Amino acid sequence: MSEQQVSASVPTNKPDADESARVEKAASERRKSGFMSGAAGRNVGLVVALLLLCVVGFATGGERFLSLSNLMTILSLGSVLGVVAIGMTFVITTGGIDLSVGSVLGLASVWATTLATQSYGWVVMVICALAVGVGAGLLNGLIIAYGRVVAFIATLAMLVAARGLAELIAQKRTQIVDVPAFNDVFKGNILGVPKIVWIFAIVAVLGWFLFNRTTFGRRTVAVGGNAEAARLAGIKVKRHLVYVYALSGLTAGIAGVMILARTSAGSSTNGLLLELDVIAAVVVGGTLLAGGRGTIVGTVLGVLIFTTLTNVFIINNIDSSVQQIAKGAIIVGAVLLQQRLTRRTT
Amino acid sequence: MSARTTLRRRITLATVSAASVALIATACTSNTPTAENTADGNDGGGGSSQAVSDNDAPGDPIVIGFSAPAADHGWMGAITSAAEAEAEKYEDVELRVADGTNDVNVQISQIEGFINDGVDAIVLLPFDGAALTDVATKAMEAGIPVINVDREFSSPFAARTTVLGDNYGMGVSAGQYICEQLGDNPDAVVAEIAGIDSLPLTQDRSQGFADALSDCGLDVDNRVAADFTVQGGEAATANLLQAAPQIDAIWNHDDDQGVGVLSAIENAGRDEFFMVGGAGSANVMEHIKAGDSVLQATVIYPSTQAADGIKLARLVAHEKNMSDLASSGVPRTVQLFAPVVTKDNVDQYLPSAFQS
Repeated sequence: MSEQQVSASVPTNKPDADESARVEKAASERRKSGFMSGAAGRNVGLVVALLLLCVVGFATGGERFLSLSNLMTILSLGSVLGVVAIGMTFVITTGGIDLSVGSVLGLASVWATTLATQSYGWVVMVICALAVGVGAGLLNGLIIAYGRVVAFIATLAMLVAARGLAELIAQKRTQIVDVPAFNDVFKGNILGVPKIVWIFAIVAVLGWFLFNRTTFGRRTVAVGGNAEAARLAGIKVKRHLVYVYALSGLTAGIAGVMILARTSAGSSTNGLLLELDVIAAVVVGGTLLAGGRGTIVGTVLGVLIFTTLTNVFIINNIDSSVQQIAKGAIIVGAVLLQQRLTRRTT
Repeated sequence: MSARTTLRRRITLATVSAASVALIATACTSNTPTAENTADGNDGGGGSSQAVSDNDAPGDPIVIGFSAPAADHGWMGAITSAAEAEAEKYEDVELRVADGTNDVNVQISQIEGFINDGVDAIVLLPFDGAALTDVATKAMEAGIPVINVDREFSSPFAARTTVLGDNYGMGVSAGQYICEQLGDNPDAVVAEIAGIDSLPLTQDRSQGFADALSDCGLDVDNRVAADFTVQGGEAATANLLQAAPQIDAIWNHDDDQGVGVLSAIENAGRDEFFMVGGAGSANVMEHIKAGDSVLQATVIYPSTQAADGIKLARLVAHEKNMSDLASSGVPRTVQLFAPVVTKDNVDQYLPSAFQS
């Protein structure tokens, strides 16, 4: 946070007695400048972009694109990315970044599938993946908040280290899930919808509630908008940052379990370069990289745009190099479109 | 915000993190307790019959330096372990294995170390062929024969002998096998799941595949590229299966990513086609043997090339000939065959397969 911002928004009057009121106040400092008014416009822009993609998909792929099974494929492929993106939305809203999510996901998937962990059954496998995620996230948060290391560097270090540890544990082998109960619990459908899509839906709804309806969410926005103002408003900024990075680690751990359900294998290459897709989806969704503004709905839309895009390309059998160019163009296009619409609605 | 509350907060946080670490330690356990995992008994040799000659008879003791990239996937791990196993078979060979690295500067200094030590031969699988060419040339000039494995140097003066796999040939073998199976049906739908598309080896494999298919009037109808990872293979395949509602044959370039490919096929509940793998991992061969999946064949990219390099380095250092050739001297280039493994011959290849 810059010096000017700090001096501009330091509350001059006496703090409110009630803590949540104070937090609310600090959060609204930022929200006044466009969060409420801009959010609707931004999401409309994303929905328009998604619909356009679907029209292109239908025009070029016909029923192959519009079939129910293709819809489920898109949602399944978006689920892993989406769950991680929910956690990342919180982190980016605080003005931070978590580059380690892909590696932590890989580490969680590997640690949960070692022969010994598998021998304890599926519950322990899941607990293990989540514990690895939360543990790595806590470590990130402690180093960032109390060690005063820039988030970019701290999580970059975790990115490298977690990948290395995953390779060491897996001995660079692919560890096949050999627990029938795990597959029974996480594979297959409920009401025609794959279970991992349900997990994504639950995480997204919980994430939305946490972000928009709780003090935790308000604090997250406040910390990102102006950390000093948030501190003066009584928010324990450092502790809050630790929680936020732990949350991001938790979502990476959940995604690790989902990867196991999708691929039936723990591998140290799981989640390779995932952080880039996640950050792109969150930013395209409308969360401000500088912090202070975030949107869970936007993130979900951003994730769907990316997975639908890949799907439309593959349905049309388009060269993967062309796909990459188009992806880059769409990232820029989506952000430009959002800015347009935001300006018009504010 | 007194010092006391800060301290209390620190203690709570420390407790929370310590507890989480303890949780991890108890919930997650390692691979070590099982014997199976350490017993990666890869004997390295292809189990082929040896020519009757005195080449295997012990000669003067020699030192061979060996350097390869980091074993970050199953195939590369097998490269080093097969080379070590091969050297173990000869009592006259002392193998010095440099720590696997993906940093070309480190690998260059490893070769410089071998030159200073005055080893009798160097077997080198460079991380990047062009980057290691200079130092390999230096070794050759110092009178140390260099055996170049898998990734070629940019100068012919940098190696005494080059051992190569056959990426183009892999594509050809896979294409020919699919032609044999589908040959009478020119409308058959053939799909291809490539590895990292920007690599020359992927382009070679795809070119060979396309060329072989066109020989029998087929072509690649749907092509996707993954990234040699399980997750990438799964995602690319899930989309591919939607793009092509009816497929007759799939070639997947790489058995490491094949785990994800198979998983996507199972998730989609599809089985109207057969699949051919690539590289030749043990678990793919076990699927082929058991016949419990769409996997019907795989094309080998030998993980024993560095082991071949060791054998040739020994022959070169001892100034011997290759006993099955009439000409004198070890050949300049050896390009290995990319055979198709099916249920009929899987037992022959399973012992030399690598663990993915």
